[in-house]
Formats: sequence, structure tokens, C-alpha cells
Amino acid sequence: MILELNSGDTAWILISAALVLLMTPGLALFYGGMVRAKGVLNMMMMSFISMGVIGVLWVLFGYSLAFGNSVGGAGIIGNPFEFAGLQSLLVNDPEASYPALAFVAFQACFAIITVALVSGAIADRASFGAWTAFAVLWGTLVYFPAAHWVFAFSNPDAGVVGGWIANVVGAIDFAGGTAIHINAGTAALVLALVIGPRIGFGTRPMRPHNMTLVMLGAALLWFGWFGFNAGSAVAANGLASLAWVNTLAATAAAMLGWLVVEKLRDGHPTSLGAASGIVAGLVAITPAAGAVSPLGSLAIGALAGIACAYAVGLKYRFGFDDSLDVVGVHLVGGLVGTLLIGFFADPATSGDPADPGVAGLFYGGGLDQLGKQAIGAFAVMAFSFVMTYLIALAIKYTIGWRISSADELSGIDLAEHSEAGYDLSPVYYTNKVQRTLVLTKDDMPVAETTGAKK
Amino acid sequence: MKLVTAIIQPEMLETVQKALVRHGVGGMTVSEVSGYGRQRGHIEVYRGEEYTIDFITKVRLEVLVDDEDAEALTGVIVQAARTGEVGDGKVWIIPVDTVVRVRTGESGSTAI
Repeated sequence: MILELNSGDTAWILISAALVLLMTPGLALFYGGMVRAKGVLNMMMMSFISMGVIGVLWVLFGYSLAFGNSVGGAGIIGNPFEFAGLQSLLVNDPEASYPALAFVAFQACFAIITVALVSGAIADRASFGAWTAFAVLWGTLVYFPAAHWVFAFSNPDAGVVGGWIANVVGAIDFAGGTAIHINAGTAALVLALVIGPRIGFGTRPMRPHNMTLVMLGAALLWFGWFGFNAGSAVAANGLASLAWVNTLAATAAAMLGWLVVEKLRDGHPTSLGAASGIVAGLVAITPAAGAVSPLGSLAIGALAGIACAYAVGLKYRFGFDDSLDVVGVHLVGGLVGTLLIGFFADPATSGDPADPGVAGLFYGGGLDQLGKQAIGAFAVMAFSFVMTYLIALAIKYTIGWRISSADELSGIDLAEHSEAGYDLSPVYYTNKVQRTLVLTKDDMPVAETTGAKK
Repeated sequence: MKLVTAIIQPEMLETVQKALVRHGVGGMTVSEVSGYGRQRGHIEVYRGEEYTIDFITKVRLEVLVDDEDAEALTGVIVQAARTGEVGDGKVWIIPVDTVVRVRTGESGSTAI
């Protein structure tokens, strides 16, 4: 079969890729506003460095590990040499409706944001070198395999074998509820446990320093997420449009759900609650965006917003310092969305009554799909937990995770990056290093002749 | 000479400033400060966690005056800054030895 290159699809995939890349700086703002002023730059840098590290790894071997032909046909990991350096993708495939490199670009941005998501658990206390090493190891050993399991579809005609969750189990994960959110959320939990809490966690106040950054970050995340979900149709078609509408519907409902919980429980609907509800809804609809109806999306979003609003309190009960609630929002939201597909999957979403899609429990499909969803969700969770634990311990006992307590108290920005996030004083307190305390001849004699001592 | 220092509610600054100008005061120094007295701090909530904010923002206003003007000026500030709520602040007067105008070097009452 000879297909013509579809310029509409190609354009949409490339735009979606850029939208998804924008989510990572958006996440940096979302996270950065939530920490104290003395750690805002480090928080943002942990996201930014992911663009650097994963951007390089993806070209070298990341895409191959995730989307190469399964080694031994086992569906565990792609062949790292198949697309190494992306060299073999320079030749146009006459049968493809879009260039393989467009898909490479799109999926690269998924890998980048997944690593960045984890950083929310370790605010204000982790050495930047340790985090960078973690990004390399975790991307390679945890994300690329998980992406292979979930996103690499088999193509028997071309002799391509993909990942086991997508092809053998048949779990539905449209845009990454398992490989991205459950995976990142689980890794966040492990890092919070291995690295330990910030000094003063639970006793000293650590309130967000800039809610307007958080709101801007949430807005950019939502904007970028339309590329994340609707782009995951990998075509400019009805499925992409459904995913887009669902990304609006679930997110809106989740924001309302979170705010209602806050109003009833705490007395005030907060801006952080609105921003958090938005992200919870986006996370929950990610796996389901192509498999549920808009009404189903409203239900999934509302449930996710309510569940996550309660889940963010768990860290205080169990005493782990998941600083910015990656567990409460991404792990819980990812589980809610992934498992609710088993209830809300709507066969009508195939768009063709003659060829209906998967039916969940509420649409007469029984428990079959729910079981598949559970296998997918818990397999990724278990894999991520064990592998992240090993990586975290390896870093702990080699280069070490924590900055010194003195540095942590005075602020990680200065200690790790030699910068300050804000200089809002009109008074010019600073000086160039070489000019400091360099006194001219005219300055000196006064002290010398009066015999004044320091 | 006296230094009249007032700690007032930030939202009352404009009222106090106008009252002082009407009273003939030609200059003042204002700074943002934090503290608490009988009015305790407030509570903020982030993701369900409550934080008490003990030190709340106030405005400190300072005016240098001649000895005989101090009492009257204090009265003007107190009247203008009063809302009747807890947290309206305080005004106090302290003696000042010397005042020098930087530009001209003149000192004493002429420098005020």
C-alpha cells in the first residue's frame, strides 16, 4: 500500500510536539512558584535540565530503546541500536503518512516532561549533580522501557514487535497515564523516601512564594496538554478532536471538584487549589482521552479532582516529604484515570458504529477492560518502584543526594547555582568580585595614619 | 527636636499623609515593616495545610519636628490613623540630639 504523506497530520504532530515541549517550562513555573523564594531557580532548573539531558539521550539511543523493535520479541525493551543517532530515519519512508522524525520529536517531549515531573518531590534539598545523574539513569532505565511497554505498538506486517502492555495485555493508555504519570508519581514517592524530608518539614511553614507563577504554569500546562492528548491521535482527525474536547471537559470538572472540596473542608476556594485541580484533571484524562465520551470525561475529571484534593494530605499522615505533591496529583490522578477507563470506556468513541471501540463496565463491557487497566497500572508502578529505588540508592551511596544542611537553610539557589531568583531592591547592594574591597591609594592612608585596626 | 514615629495600618497611610500635609508637615519617611501586637497574625491555607502568618505588614511613618509641634502632630496622626479596630498601631515621640541637612550642612531646626 502506498500512502501519500499527509501534510495535515504531519503539521499537527509537529505543532503538538512543540506544545508538549512547552509543558516543561510550564511545569517549571508551576513548581517554581510553589517553593520558597530561596529555592525557585533550582526548582525550575530541575525541569530545564531534563530538556538538556533527555533531549540528548533521545537522539543517541532513547528513541531506539522506546520505539525500536522489541529485543527478542519480548515486549520489554526496544533495540537500542536500531535508530541510534536517528541516522536510519533520514531516509523517507514512502509508505508513511507522516515522517518518522515527526513522531520522534513528539515522543521526545513526553520523555522530557516525565523526568521533570519527578523533581517536584525533592524540592530545596537535592544536589543538582545528583538530580542530573538521576535524570540520565532514570530516563534510560525506567522511562524508555516503560514507554516501550505502553506506547510501542506492534506492526505484524512490517515485522515490528512493540511493548507488552500495549500489545499483549491490551490496556488502554492513550497518552501516558501509566508510563508517564503513574511512573513519575511512583518515582517521586521513592525519591521522597530515600532522600528524606526538608529540614523543618511538618514543623516549619513552607508556603508557596509566588502563586502567580503557579497559575501561569498551570495555564501553560493546560495549553501544552492539548498537544499531549490531542496530538496522541498522531493524526489530525476525529480522534484528535475527541481527545481535545475531553482534555477541556475533564480538566474543567477536576478544577471544580478540587475547589468544592476546599470550600467545604477549608472554607476557602484557593488559587493553588484551582491550579492543582487543573493538573489533576489533565493527568486523569491523559490515559482516557481517546476512549471515553465527553460526559465520561466530566465524571473522570470530577472524581480525580476530588480524590487528589484529599490525596495531597497523605504525605503529612505518613511523614514523607513529597514537597509539591507529585504522588498526590500524578500517581493518584494517573491511577484514577487509568482505572476509570475500565468503567467509562465508550465503544462509540471509535467514531464508526459498525466497528465499535472498547466498552467499559458502565457500557456493558464487563470487568474485562478494568482487569487489563489494573495490570497495566500496577505493572508500571511495581517496575518504577523497584528500579527507582535501586537508582536512588546507587546515587545515595556514591555521589550523595543531599546538599549540606547549612546550604539548605540559607537556600539551594545560592549553594547550587550561585544565583538568586529575585533582586527587587532598588538599592545597589552588589559589586563585581574584583572590585570588592579594592581600595585606591587615596583610601588607604586614613586608616594607616590613624592607626585604626580592623 | 523630636522624632515622631508611628506604626499604622498600611491602608491608612494615605489618610494620615493627607492629614499631615494639611497640618503643614513638609516631609516624612515611610517604610514597610512587619510585626504584631494585640492583633495577632492571620491564617493562610495551601493544599489543605494551614499556616499562621504571625508577622503582619504595617507601615512605619517617621516625622522630625520641633519640640513644641510634637504633641499636636501626634494627635493628628492618631486621629487620622484610627479605624477603631485592633491593630491600628502606635505612635511615640523620642528626643533627637542633632539634625543635619546633607545638602547644605545646616543643622538644628532649620534642617527639619
